[in-house]
Amino acid sequence: MDTATFLVQCLNAVQYGLLLFLVASGLTLIFGIMGVINLAHGSFYMLGAYLAFALAPWFGDWFVTRLVVGVALAALFGYVLEWVFFSFLYERDHLQQVLLTYALILVFEELRSLAFGNDVHGVTAPGWLTGGFHLGGLMEYPWYRVFASAACLVVALALYAVVNRTRLGMMIRAGASNRDMVRGLGVDIRRLYRIVFAGGVALAALAGMVAAPLSSVYPGMGSSVLIICFVVVVIGGIGSITGALIASLLVGFVDTFGKVFFAEWSGVGVYVLMAIVLVWRPEGLMKRGF
Amino acid sequence: MRLLRIASSASVAALLAGSAFAQGASGPIKVGLMLPYSGTYAGLGNAIENGFKLYVQEQGGKLGGREIQYFKVDDESEPSKGTDNVNKLIKRDNVDVLVGTVHSGVALAMANAAKANNTLLVIPNAGADAITGPLCAANIVRSSFSNWQPGYAMGVVAAQKGVKRAMTITWNYAAGAESTKGFTEGLEKGGGKVVKDLNLPFPNVEFQALLTEIAAQKPDAVYAFFAGGGAVKFVKDYAAAGLNKTIPLYGPGFLTDGTLEAQGASAQSMLTTLHYADNLDTPKNNAFRKAYAITYKAQPDVYAVQGYDAAQILANGLKAVGGDLSKRDALTAAMRKTPVDSPRGKFTLSAAGNPVQDIYLRQVVGNNNELRAIAVKALADPARGCKL
Repeated sequence: MDTATFLVQCLNAVQYGLLLFLVASGLTLIFGIMGVINLAHGSFYMLGAYLAFALAPWFGDWFVTRLVVGVALAALFGYVLEWVFFSFLYERDHLQQVLLTYALILVFEELRSLAFGNDVHGVTAPGWLTGGFHLGGLMEYPWYRVFASAACLVVALALYAVVNRTRLGMMIRAGASNRDMVRGLGVDIRRLYRIVFAGGVALAALAGMVAAPLSSVYPGMGSSVLIICFVVVVIGGIGSITGALIASLLVGFVDTFGKVFFAEWSGVGVYVLMAIVLVWRPEGLMKRGF
Repeated sequence: MRLLRIASSASVAALLAGSAFAQGASGPIKVGLMLPYSGTYAGLGNAIENGFKLYVQEQGGKLGGREIQYFKVDDESEPSKGTDNVNKLIKRDNVDVLVGTVHSGVALAMANAAKANNTLLVIPNAGADAITGPLCAANIVRSSFSNWQPGYAMGVVAAQKGVKRAMTITWNYAAGAESTKGFTEGLEKGGGKVVKDLNLPFPNVEFQALLTEIAAQKPDAVYAFFAGGGAVKFVKDYAAAGLNKTIPLYGPGFLTDGTLEAQGASAQSMLTTLHYADNLDTPKNNAFRKAYAITYKAQPDVYAVQGYDAAQILANGLKAVGGDLSKRDALTAAMRKTPVDSPRGKFTLSAAGNPVQDIYLRQVVGNNNELRAIAVKALADPARGCKL
């Protein structure tokens, strides 16, 4: 492998890792802060992708507006969903959480089937992001992929700022470590959780919307992303945003170079990484470090 | 032990013969449709059933002079439930003929059950080579294709186009491996070589690393086997990386069938091989497409054709024995020998029960896979491991 190819592969790894982070960050928030095992997280990713598909004819080239509207709708949806279903789960054990969220996967899949059918649909990237640039005389790199990476970076920074620099972030962190004490100090913890959950759903949906033009939208797209996201969350340390970012990038590199160098074993690489990390640090790379 | 086995198989045979006599040559023939009616492949299952019923309807609702009674089971494309589902039809409903299915893993379970119970089985899609290879049996036939067939034909075409160094890319599963093996064989016969096989775990769709690998190796052509969402994403990513301008992308028809709307501009002018093309201008195909469109208010696809031909193959067998299912040997022999007047063109079945058929070279134009040429005439699957 020459230097140019190596650098392009590194770019691929970073870009894949960042997109993973966008989905996994919402999962780690909900899992880490609220203690809910949310198997339906992949469905929120799918929801975002199908929102991108459904909203496309209404907004045309107003791509950013479409993203904002989609994220707002998803957040509203998450807020209602928490109120109706998830708010009853916090005191229950993990088995019941798994049962409910698994049932939600089935419900969302069926609703998707009713609303959009079972065909694969393409989502076009906006006009100003089509085309690509030449990379080392090898291949073209689509502008949209660069945009997707940039969007993920912006979200990562914003998330870090909100959690570590704002009053809301402080309450979230406090709620994660001691729920009862925060309530004792007069914070409406139920509303706080509702906001966190809505935020988590919005992040997953945003990831789906950003990924839709790259991946197209198809049945079962949520479940494929769910497993790899749990791997990221477990490697990074449950509830840690920084951990999720590091883990996503690690998974991106292992997956990309695994495919190139060990084609036959490429599916295993990520899980070997997870096993090694768990042996080395059973609580993941970052323990509630944010 | 051996005595016991002989004794038990003899008693099973006696039982089966008894039930066949009991059904005799009167009353309706029970046809068990085991197809995907839910999940990703639901559309394919419905198209196959529609095609099958269209042919029966054209014969006045009777095959070999006997009424047809349908039993349906949704196989959910779930291999782990395959054996249970097929036994519902064989044991509970006592069907005479099994028709199914789309998913190769489920079809393998069906083939094993059909073999064990000596039930007639017509497979209207699943392309696993093994079904008409090591698993072949007199009572099992297929109306579609083997994974090897379109791959081999594409290899032959690629070699004719002067491809010397090719790469293949697919998911790491049986169908992909069988298809790329066929391509490699066809290409090598024409003097070309596959320099590297790329694969990724099913259903992973993160292709960027492998596309970079293709760009670095600069082969003369790439052969890809993907279906559904994976096919859409691969073809789009390939074009977005600008590779389609310098390295032609070939594949079996599944790469561009039912996915063209989503693939859009990125699939234009791609070449693929399959046993059917949308615009085959033959009287039989035109009549079929018209009848299908009138009956179901939808355009038929390759799956509808395969369902239609499944009914036709069964009819050929039943006609030869006058609807008498107890004449099993004559029936299965007639199913193989009688030419099938398919919308795809006339074909017969090999001894192993797989179509010996023309494989077409098609090119993507707009939202259609248009016929360009016959890639290989009367191509027979090698049926490796079949002892029939």
